[in-house]
Amino acid sequence: MGYLTAQFNVERCKGCGLCIGFCPKHIIEFSKQLNTKGYSVPEITDGSKCTRCGFCAMMCPDFGITIQR
Amino acid sequence: MIAAESARMLNTFSRPECIKQVDYHYCPGCCHGIIHNLVGQVIDELEIAEKTVGVAPVGCAVLACDYFNLDFVQAAHGRAPAVATGLKRTRPDNVIFTYQGDGDLAAIGCGEIVNAAARGERITTVFVNNGIYGMTGGQMAPTTLSTQVTSTSPQGRDTLRAGMPIRVSEMLATLDGAAYIARVAVNSPKNIIKARSAIREAFLNQIEGSGFSLVEVLSTCPINWGMEPLEAMKWVEQHMIPFYPLAIFKNNGRQSRDT
Amino acid sequence: MAEVKLMKGNEAIAEAAVRSGCRAYFGYPITPQNEVIEYMARRMPEVNGVCLQAESEIAAINMVFGAAAAGDRAMTSSSGPGISLKQEGISYLAAGELPCVIVNIQRAGPGLGGITPAQADYFQATKGGGHGDYHTVVLAPASVQEAFEMTVRAFDLADQYRIPVLILGDGAVGQMMEKVELRSFQRRMIPKPWAATGRHGRQTNNIVKTLYLKPEELEDHNNKLQAKYREITSKEADWEACYTEDADLVLVAYGIMARIAQSAMNIAREQGHKVGMIRPKTLWPFPITPFKNATKNTKGFLVLELSAGQMVEDVLLAVEHKKPVSFFGRTGGMIPTTKEVLDKSLSTMGQKGERLK
Repeated sequence: MGYLTAQFNVERCKGCGLCIGFCPKHIIEFSKQLNTKGYSVPEITDGSKCTRCGFCAMMCPDFGITIQR
Repeated sequence: MIAAESARMLNTFSRPECIKQVDYHYCPGCCHGIIHNLVGQVIDELEIAEKTVGVAPVGCAVLACDYFNLDFVQAAHGRAPAVATGLKRTRPDNVIFTYQGDGDLAAIGCGEIVNAAARGERITTVFVNNGIYGMTGGQMAPTTLSTQVTSTSPQGRDTLRAGMPIRVSEMLATLDGAAYIARVAVNSPKNIIKARSAIREAFLNQIEGSGFSLVEVLSTCPINWGMEPLEAMKWVEQHMIPFYPLAIFKNNGRQSRDT
Repeated sequence: MAEVKLMKGNEAIAEAAVRSGCRAYFGYPITPQNEVIEYMARRMPEVNGVCLQAESEIAAINMVFGAAAAGDRAMTSSSGPGISLKQEGISYLAAGELPCVIVNIQRAGPGLGGITPAQADYFQATKGGGHGDYHTVVLAPASVQEAFEMTVRAFDLADQYRIPVLILGDGAVGQMMEKVELRSFQRRMIPKPWAATGRHGRQTNNIVKTLYLKPEELEDHNNKLQAKYREITSKEADWEACYTEDADLVLVAYGIMARIAQSAMNIAREQGHKVGMIRPKTLWPFPITPFKNATKNTKGFLVLELSAGQMVEDVLLAVEHKKPVSFFGRTGGMIPTTKEVLDKSLSTMGQKGERLK
């Protein structure tokens, strides 16, 4: 059963890490996955803690993150 | 058919309509992406895309033309306020904004921005201040901080030789023609929300004919600062904001007070 | 019946612009063309147009860029030092294919120079003082009436070809007062679907730009500009030729110098000397045809300029070394008398002319 969390668009990511730094729950980390541009993309480590606050999406410069409300 | 409003709530932080469906070429963690998004959100919200013309600078944001679904004009280095004056004076019902970096606005373009503000040109300027020349590889800017290392201040900015940095917002706020001057930052979600609000105020000042409006946005340049994007955001907090305080320096007040 | 007025050249240019539908003028004071902005400051409000005194000539040319980008007929004016400042902007206008009119009422240079008339900005105007491969059409009035007519033509040419047009006047033509017939005419306003007017329902957004980072695209763009310049060269060269069919000596001059040359030529003819004259009216494109024709019969050319010799190089190219080309000029804002030009013409005829290096 999946949790409703922020959604990451893997291909748009440039691996800047801003979403990771500003997540108040510290539940975003770089995964081992690389996108086709060669950047490490982030993932949510514990979906149950995601409050969909939107901080990650706000900080993302590249529309890489959307929030389903 | 879902109304635009609820669609926005359903799927927030999606691309504004007035921003094209293309990837930004900006560096990872560059604030231009964040600031473009805010400008796009404001233009969408105020429903002015059809009558807005943007003026692009020389600098990293020269390619802003390719990112907005708006009519756009590329200006010569520093001359965006003059180009905007030509656009606005001939079509006063249009909304004209310039988007400029610190070299474009505070070095070569200093004469143009001061005079546009003094004349009270009904234009809006989004001034991206990251204290360095990004596009050309990291040279010193008029807003580079004292002791900050750049490619033309390799030992750090020596204020005895290069002078002190320019506080553009404070300077322009002294001009009667300036109606709304604010300095914001985008180095945290809280500051981003305030920045969006300031940009919105700036555009509303133009629409209501109050005078010249400018929002100075403290930004990062991770590559040329030689920092990770997160580190750069902290640097804004620790070094830029103490010298460039976040505030509204001029606010003549608008006629209407809509939400 | 057309209105007839006694006007300065500068004023005639401004009035012609307004009658041509120009509603955006941006300028900065510099002698000897201040009458243009002063006239516009009075006249533009009468037609709900914009006259703005910019903070510099650089700001003014960029305001023209904005107004032209929005699709309006826009103009600026200046003199030598100010035109130098505008060179980047002119390159941008040419690159962006933006129609506009730029007026240079020449004064003596270089540097701050002097305020009396000269013709030493010819190279700057015709060979491009700005960077890159571009041209602007250059028109050279020799009377106040012509200043009026050429301004009207300038706006039409600018719109038709999407090119900046430079009116290369001089302090004499700008300052002198002559009778002008302020005729009314049909404005040739053409649609500008490329202009950055704000989308207002348009499907695609318009971008006025001059940056092409991909070399292939920039080469294509340059080729497009060059094709335009070839078209203009083949169609728009303009000149006046007097007595060239049987001339032993053909004088070549433009602007105020042409007025002096014409007086000298008339006196020479009265005295029985076969002197003719070619007066280029477009300096770019430079009129080759009258030189090809005159070269057949004449014994030589004498180029007269208020400079150290600039147009003379284009005359040399046009004549292709088939006949001798001499030069006489004054610099510093000095203007020769008719007698001086006459004497020089006669002595040139006597010596078969000196070949220039």
